[in-house]
Amino acid sequence: MIRLFLVRLAGAVPVLLLVSAISFGLMRLIPGDPSASIAGLSATPQMIAQIREQLGLDQPFLVQAVRWYGGLLQGDLGRSILLGQSVFWATLERVPVTVALSIYALVITLLIGIGTGVIAALRQNSWVDQAAMMFAMLGISVPSFFLGLLFIIWFAVGLGWLPTGGYIPFTQDPWGWFRTSTMPAVSLALLQVGLLARVTRSTMLEVLRQDYVRTARAKGLPRHLVVGKHALANAMIPITTIVGIVITLLVSGSVVIETLFSIPGIGQLLTSAVLGRDYPMVQGGLLLVTGMLVLVNLGVDMLYAVLDPRIRYGR
Amino acid sequence: MADSPGRATLRRLLRHRLFLTGLVLFGIILAFAAFAPWITTADPIKLGMRTKFRPPGSDFIFGTDNLGRSLWSRMVWGARLSVEIGVMVVALNAVFGTIVGAVSGYFPRLDGAIMRVNDALMAFPAILLAIGVTAVLGPSTENMILALAVVYIPRTARIVRASVLVLRETEFVQAAVAAGASHWRILRTHVLPNAVAPLIVQLSFLFAYAVLTEATLSFLGLGAVPPTPTWGNIMAEGRQYMREAPWIITMPGVLLMITVMGLNLLGDGLRDVLDPRLRVQP
Repeated sequence: MIRLFLVRLAGAVPVLLLVSAISFGLMRLIPGDPSASIAGLSATPQMIAQIREQLGLDQPFLVQAVRWYGGLLQGDLGRSILLGQSVFWATLERVPVTVALSIYALVITLLIGIGTGVIAALRQNSWVDQAAMMFAMLGISVPSFFLGLLFIIWFAVGLGWLPTGGYIPFTQDPWGWFRTSTMPAVSLALLQVGLLARVTRSTMLEVLRQDYVRTARAKGLPRHLVVGKHALANAMIPITTIVGIVITLLVSGSVVIETLFSIPGIGQLLTSAVLGRDYPMVQGGLLLVTGMLVLVNLGVDMLYAVLDPRIRYGR
Repeated sequence: MADSPGRATLRRLLRHRLFLTGLVLFGIILAFAAFAPWITTADPIKLGMRTKFRPPGSDFIFGTDNLGRSLWSRMVWGARLSVEIGVMVVALNAVFGTIVGAVSGYFPRLDGAIMRVNDALMAFPAILLAIGVTAVLGPSTENMILALAVVYIPRTARIVRASVLVLRETEFVQAAVAAGASHWRILRTHVLPNAVAPLIVQLSFLFAYAVLTEATLSFLGLGAVPPTPTWGNIMAEGRQYMREAPWIITMPGVLLMITVMGLNLLGDGLRDVLDPRLRVQP
């Protein structure tokens, strides 16, 4: 188990190195001089020169690279121009918000996604199955921000049940958190619900055809045990593999959802950084978020090994 | 008369109900895009101070926005832009995804390095990477196409590579190697034609992702610059007028949904018919 973990960790190292190189290199590709566009239209040449010096853009490429990686090793990714705060802390401060929202959306995804898929598989080709798959198709086709806008129009502007946006931390007021997070979490989850329902259905259909399920049925085991213990437990293995993908999709989706609902998470931080030409923030934020996702995926991989002994004891 | 395999596939597709539904839905959008200049009378960027906030109805079939512009015109021209971007991204993916995937799958020595770069690019959340690239290049239609290509080519390459890896070990390829065929000839005549089916399936889903991601980015203000109408920026402008004029948001949103659903259905149908082994993959 530990050996497997170390092997996977070693596999993630080159990916992390390349991710950092891409994040760094991307910002050097900006045509012309970013300090001019940061300073704005009314900037004097002195102001531009000052920003250039602050960002280290007056140095040769290699010096910049060494500086950046040197800082990276100490957890220093530079300073955000817009916030005047260190990029590292600005990002870390907002992690709990995005994580809370993603967990909420993930719970919705797992409950409704797996539920829909299992029900559809148990009633294959019936109207229940068709309705479930139509729902899943709708899920993967409705853009999350459109759904969010519709929710705002219906439940916030129309009925006035929920606030149009804003955020209250869970630790401060759980009910307030629930009220501000429900519309964003549901809009964020829908795509993943659709995906998971489709994957669950096809995996379940495959598992339900296996001999051991037929045996379990033949020996008169109650239906819920056959489905829950024999079929679903085995279907969970392929389903777990896509949980890593689901988490990446949730973070990707949170960019637009957080901006739409004015939730101060990582997604909103990066969107405003891009719109405000805060290049150090964009560069550092990209690296931090992606780095964290690589580690989360590593964790999911390990979970997969815990669930499936064939992987643990195999090669 | 004997049936050619191509015609048999086509007939199976035309009997696939979901595929046909997708074809109709996407066909509507394609028709909008193709006939935009002929089916709109109002100028999509011309302001009309006396026609602000007209609800959908007689004068303006889909209503007008906060600046009195015809939403129908703006949506149809937006459809043209979305389709253009989708087509370009799909074309770039078809070419570069195939090249990268084929080289990686066929030449084991290059595989490791290419796939590491691929993994790194795929580790970034799609929207974040696209945002990063547009931040660097600046907002415009061409840069949007480029950003989407950078995001999606690694995913396409991975699928082509997977087919090539399998095909490389097949007996007919081994036979071609033994017969002394060149690598180029083997790839072109034996490997790639057999890798086309999963590629086509991937490209139809990719078209949907490209349109969706473009709309998302232009909703965030990172797409084509207003007043050029895109579905995303029409919806972004509508946000301030949700109370008075919700149709500014719902109309383009529904079109976007129809496009994505049509393409998803097309992709599902193509997968069922061309490559039944593939399962649902995000």
